[in-house]
Amino acid sequence: MIGLIRSLGRWGLNTFERLGRGHLFLVQILAGVPGLFLRFSLVVQQLYSVGVLSVLIIAISGLFVGMVLSLQGYYVLVDFGAEESLGVMVSLSLVRELGPVVTGLLFAGRAGSALTAEIGLMKSTEQLSGMEMMAVDPIRRVISPRFLAGFISMPLLAAMFSAVGIIGAFMVGHGLLGVDDGAFWSQMQVKTDWYDDILNGVIKSVVFGFVVTWIALYEGYDAIPTSEGVGRATTRTVVHSAFAILGLDFVLTALMFGED
Amino acid sequence: MLQKKSTEITVGMFVAAGIAALFMLAMKVSNLADFTDDTGYEVIAEFENIGGLKVRSPVTMAGVRVGRVADITLNPESYNAKVTINVYSNVDNLPTDTSASIFTAGLLGEQYIGLEAGAEEEYLQDGDLVELTQPALVLEQVIGQFLFSKAEGDEE
Repeated sequence: MIGLIRSLGRWGLNTFERLGRGHLFLVQILAGVPGLFLRFSLVVQQLYSVGVLSVLIIAISGLFVGMVLSLQGYYVLVDFGAEESLGVMVSLSLVRELGPVVTGLLFAGRAGSALTAEIGLMKSTEQLSGMEMMAVDPIRRVISPRFLAGFISMPLLAAMFSAVGIIGAFMVGHGLLGVDDGAFWSQMQVKTDWYDDILNGVIKSVVFGFVVTWIALYEGYDAIPTSEGVGRATTRTVVHSAFAILGLDFVLTALMFGED
Repeated sequence: MLQKKSTEITVGMFVAAGIAALFMLAMKVSNLADFTDDTGYEVIAEFENIGGLKVRSPVTMAGVRVGRVADITLNPESYNAKVTINVYSNVDNLPTDTSASIFTAGLLGEQYIGLEAGAEEEYLQDGDLVELTQPALVLEQVIGQFLFSKAEGDEE
C-alpha cells in the first residue's frame, strides 16, 4: 500500500519536474531567438528540412481530404437540395478545423519526430556536449533555429493544406458531381469570414506549430542518450503532440467560436 | 556554396507558396474582398421584427449589394429592433423616403435587407432614420394565421 502511494508520488514528482524543465527549456530557446536574426542562414537551413520537405505530404493529404469531404458532403447535401452549399461546408471545415489540426498531426509525424531523433542522436553521440566544450551554446546554435523554423513553417503549411483541399473539393464537386462552379465559389465567399474563420484558423496553426516544435525539441534534448532512449523520445513526441493538438484545438475552438 | 544556394531557393519558394495559399484563402475563399477601406455611411431603420437578421447580413437594392448590417439593438422605448445599416459611400443618393424590408433568400436561406428607392429629391445622410420599414416574415406566424382563418371559415 505504502509502495503504491510512493510510486504514485514518484510519478507525480517526475511529471512536474519534466514539465518544469520543459518550461525552463522554452525560456532558453526564446532567449536564443532574437540572436537568430543576425544569422538567419541557420534558420533557412532548418526551414528547408522542417518546412520544404513537409510540403509534399501536406499537399497530397490536403488534396485527398478536400476531395473526400466534397464527395461525402455532396451525398448529404443533395438530399436537401442544398448541394450548392458544398463550397461553404468544405471551406469552413477545412479552414477552421481540419487544416490546422490535420496539418499539425502530420507535421508532428513528419517533422517533429525527425527533430526529436536528430537532437536525441546529437545528444547521445555527445555532439551537444562537444559544442559546449568549444564554448558554443548548443541551444542558440542548434535548438533555437529549429524552433523558429517550425514556428514559421506550420502556419504556411496549414494554409497550403486548406488551399489545396479547397481546390481538390472544387475538382470533385464541379468536375465529378456537377455542382455549379459559380454557386460553389460565391456561397463560399459569402459565408467564409476573413477574421472569424481564416485568421482564427491561422492563429490555431501558429499555436500548434509552437507546441509541436517545443515538444519535439524538448523530448530530443531530454532523451536518455541511448538508442532505446531516442526511440522512446521519438514515440513520445508524436503521442504528446497529438494529445496537445487535439486538446488545445478544443480549447481554442471554444474560445474563438464560442460566442455566436 | 551551390548546395546552400539551392536550399535558399527552395525555402524561398516554400515561403512564397505558403503566402500564396493564404492569399488565395483571403481573396478567393473569404469575403475579404468585400472589405475595402470604404467605410461608407450609416442609416438607421426600426423594424417590428427582424426574424433571423444578423450583424453583417447583406443589404441590397434591386438585388445589388449596397451595404451590410452594422449593428442590431433593441429600442427600449418602442420595443422595436433598431438596425444600423452601413451603406457603401458610392451609393450616396438614397432618397429620404427609401423603404427597407427584410427578405429571406430562398425558403430556408439567410435573411437580408432589401432597400427600395422612393421619389423624394433629398438624400439620406449619415445617421438618418429610414421611416418606411416592413418586418421580417416569420413563417410560424403566417402558418398560424392561415390555420386560424381556415378554422374560422369552416365554422361559418
